[in-house]
Amino acid sequence: MTDLLRLATAGSVDDGKSTLVGRLLYDTKSVLADTLDAVHRASVDKGLSTPDLSLLVDGLRSEREQGITIDVAYRYFATPKRSFVLADTPGHVQYTRNTVTGASTAQLAVLLVDARKGVLEQTRRHAAVLALLGVPRLVLAVNKVDLVGYDEETFEVIAKEFTDHATALGYPIGSVLSIPVSALVGDNVVERSAHTPWYGGPTLLEHLETVPVEPDPHHTPFRFPVQYVIRTNTAEHTDYRGYAGQVAAGTVRTGEEIVVLPAGLRTTVTRIDTPDGELAEAEAGRSVTLVLADEIDISRGDLIAGVADAPVAVDEFEATVAWLSDKPLRPGARVLVKHGARTVPAIVGELSARFDEQKLASVANPDTLALNEIGRVQVRTAEPLPVDDYAANRRTGAFLVIDAADGSTLAAGLVGAGLPALETDPSCTSGGKAAATPGP
Amino acid sequence: MSILETKPLDALDRLESEAVHIFREVAGEFDRPVILFSGGKDSTVLLHLAVKAFWPAPVPFPLLHVDTGHNLDEVIAFRDRTVERYGLRLVVASVQDYIDDGRLAERPDGTRNPLQTVPLLDAITENKFDAVFGGGRRDEERARAKERIFSLRNSFGQWDPRRQRPELWNLYNGRHRAGEHVRVFPLSNWTELDVWRYIQRERIDLPSIYFAHRREVFQRDGMWLTAGPWFGPRANEPVQELTVRYRTVGDGSCTGAVLSEAADLDQVIAEVSASRLTERGATRADDRLSEAAMEDRKREGYF
Repeated sequence: MTDLLRLATAGSVDDGKSTLVGRLLYDTKSVLADTLDAVHRASVDKGLSTPDLSLLVDGLRSEREQGITIDVAYRYFATPKRSFVLADTPGHVQYTRNTVTGASTAQLAVLLVDARKGVLEQTRRHAAVLALLGVPRLVLAVNKVDLVGYDEETFEVIAKEFTDHATALGYPIGSVLSIPVSALVGDNVVERSAHTPWYGGPTLLEHLETVPVEPDPHHTPFRFPVQYVIRTNTAEHTDYRGYAGQVAAGTVRTGEEIVVLPAGLRTTVTRIDTPDGELAEAEAGRSVTLVLADEIDISRGDLIAGVADAPVAVDEFEATVAWLSDKPLRPGARVLVKHGARTVPAIVGELSARFDEQKLASVANPDTLALNEIGRVQVRTAEPLPVDDYAANRRTGAFLVIDAADGSTLAAGLVGAGLPALETDPSCTSGGKAAATPGP
Repeated sequence: MSILETKPLDALDRLESEAVHIFREVAGEFDRPVILFSGGKDSTVLLHLAVKAFWPAPVPFPLLHVDTGHNLDEVIAFRDRTVERYGLRLVVASVQDYIDDGRLAERPDGTRNPLQTVPLLDAITENKFDAVFGGGRRDEERARAKERIFSLRNSFGQWDPRRQRPELWNLYNGRHRAGEHVRVFPLSNWTELDVWRYIQRERIDLPSIYFAHRREVFQRDGMWLTAGPWFGPRANEPVQELTVRYRTVGDGSCTGAVLSEAADLDQVIAEVSASRLTERGATRADDRLSEAAMEDRKREGYF
């Protein structure tokens, strides 16, 4: 049995990200014959003696013309131990939009730096966004170690600087790993390198294959957004009524008492149905249908939760939003908010702070929030929503901000999450260090 | 009924759960969804997932087949058998009808794949379908790697990359204006091997042409085509009886069979694995593995 790891990559083209991703696909033999042929031909045309693996993932000409190069691309590879879904996020342009998208589902992120340049401001910004989005694990791939003569000290300095930064962002010891690699040559990507005898850790692929997939939150409170009510009446299933959804967090067991929000009605779970048979319990990530003891009014958009630790439905909450639209946010904007399976009208009220990505600091009371900016807002909803804190629950603490007029997605919302907290050089910020850590 | 033991979710379980979640989101948010169904393996897996998503109730949407008129008999028989088994409604958009009444003209090369677009869009408009499920996967080709699970299309069925929405968490935004529709790809994150392994695990029935069988074929453009009323052969194309199988279902005049001895699922999976694990650096433009890989990349049907 193999399991699935969802990961994101972040870094700029100059850091050799395309080559690294190409190397992972190539060395895990995940490339089709004809694709490989094309890359070989193109490499020969460029006068190269070895294949240019970045061509495996770099955009096609037509793609660049269409303007979709600056967009997250999904890649797939597998080993006998694990299958991988890789969200490849471009570095330079629109990095917030892309990193937020890729990071939203990632269980691990691989950040790249060039060993000759070390940890750059962009690396710090990427890490801050990954921390904000709650990506549980980071890998720093210190690339191009061949170009610094496989120097141990150079690697150690970069690794320590990055680990310190990640620790400041809240990453516990053990959740961050630095690996010296050369994507071009193949050192420590899949095969262990003879050039780095001083490095005793795993190769990148070994780490990806063995790192614990963040355990599904068995011990976190049970959350179940109702997606659809399944009703039928047949000889086998008389007056069947079940509530279909995917367990967002925690575990549900038959016989347990639950509460339906926002109404607050209570009942018990009599059955957990799947087409393959009944289950005694269902954990996060599983799509099931719940059959309940009492006939109560439940519809799409309701949230079923455990009674002991149910969230409170609120119609006003603080949140951090990553703005993803060309149309800037103006405080007071009327929008739609999609949370779980419910979409409600909302007003994005007071904009209390904006995280300045260039200065790595925050600015108080800005007038607007533009594309790729992250800000702290007050949200008022037309109906109460049973939200969780994003830090406690990525699924039920997340929401979309949608333009009611044209339906476009305006922002990614995180309930309660604070802006990225970063140590900054006071000389280049407007508010100094204190301003970089606004609290709710 | 006995209670199943709860085992940890493996990779296929997670892909299945994701697809089921997508089906239920669409059922909850759209008025008139439809599943594109060609009888091919991807659309058959799609239908199987839809059945699981709404069990024990029937699938709450119809199926749509854009029929080129160039389908193998086995595939049409399988299509009709499957529709009947699940008690679903099938809408057929017939390319032949469009040619017969002059709305479309036969191409000089006889290929009808490019002719499918108009009947498809007309069927979407006439039936007011607002969500159209397809079996497309992101691993099919490099350009598809950036396709969304929910892909907004204008009233001409066109895809505007600049209007694509970022897809965050598993919160899908399916809002669209009147006349627009959303293409939905529940298999986005599946690879070809995942599809085959899932077919094996779930014991999903497929048209017999997917498995090795004796067939009268002739060679054109490096492909083995079935000898038949629509497809030829031409005078200089000798017909031979060979052991072949199809890797995709499509217009018989441009979808070729591959030489293969893979007669059951285990052998097909071994073959698919091998053709993916092509030797590094080998240039094999004309050999069997490369041919198989090329065929793999062909868009199946309408997507």
